[in-house]
Amino acid sequence: MRAISSGVVGVARFLYRFVVGDDWTVAVAMVLALAATGILAADHVSAVWLVPLVAIAMTGVSLRRAARRRRAA
Amino acid sequence: MTGAGVVLVTTFLASAVEAIEMVVIVLGVGATRGWRSTVLGAVAGFALLAVIIAVLGVALAAVPIGPLRAVVGTLLVLFGLQWYRKGIARVAARGLAGVGEEAVEDEDIPSSGVDWVAFVLAFKGVLLEGLEIALIVVSFGLAAGQLGLSVVGAAAALVVIGAIGFALKGIVTRIPRSLLQLVVGTLLTSFGTFWSLEGLGVNWPQSDLDIVALLAVYGLVAATYIGLERRRIHQAALEMA
Repeated sequence: MRAISSGVVGVARFLYRFVVGDDWTVAVAMVLALAATGILAADHVSAVWLVPLVAIAMTGVSLRRAARRRRAA
Repeated sequence: MTGAGVVLVTTFLASAVEAIEMVVIVLGVGATRGWRSTVLGAVAGFALLAVIIAVLGVALAAVPIGPLRAVVGTLLVLFGLQWYRKGIARVAARGLAGVGEEAVEDEDIPSSGVDWVAFVLAFKGVLLEGLEIALIVVSFGLAAGQLGLSVVGAAAALVVIGAIGFALKGIVTRIPRSLLQLVVGTLLTSFGTFWSLEGLGVNWPQSDLDIVALLAVYGLVAATYIGLERRRIHQAALEMA
């Protein structure tokens, strides 16, 4: 039982690290952008630019936040 | 060119495009995270692919590739962005550090056992691209009534592109680690963006060529952010002095 629960915890931890990583705001913003693009595509609106734009913007935000953290430390 | 020649060349070229994407991912992940787990992931991907092909045969044409692209693409873009960000920060801070290092110094790479990140990335890349090649073979081969030749064209593409990738392995491992992480992050983010949107039903205006456009855009943005990060680091150093 203990082996199963530690295995489940290990898989969950791996999935979190793989999908979310060290900045959950980037992952959330990307999932929202993908969902919005999917909804627009279903309405025959091609929003091919939305996901790259959010990816670029969130990378900038995340880098800036990390720099601020480094400076505070 | 005869009808058979057209089938052979077309399936070779179409499969080569997918094989390039597969080899780029495996090569990039292997060079960045180590080869053992990456090769294990690639082999596992091929094994599952072989099982799927053996079980489904020509019924493969009915596999819903869209949802699979959406899931794999989403995971790749989420993971790729992490390396993209880390790569930008590291190149800005350390420049082209780590030239010729064999082992990757990264906090989340296990020193023993399977590196599941490398395994999963290689596995997904091989499985998705392999399925796309299988779909090309089945759909084009059946439409042209030349399934056998179609299989030969695709197999030849896999062998040729795989051999080129293997030959490039030595060069790739000599790329500075910080730069390599940025390059692989850019590649994963570009492929992930392309596949996830394609899977969601978005039509890319120039089809597979848009991957190149995405690579160019993400590459230019990375160069801009590296410049900004360097300025930030320089300012922080001046404030400390």
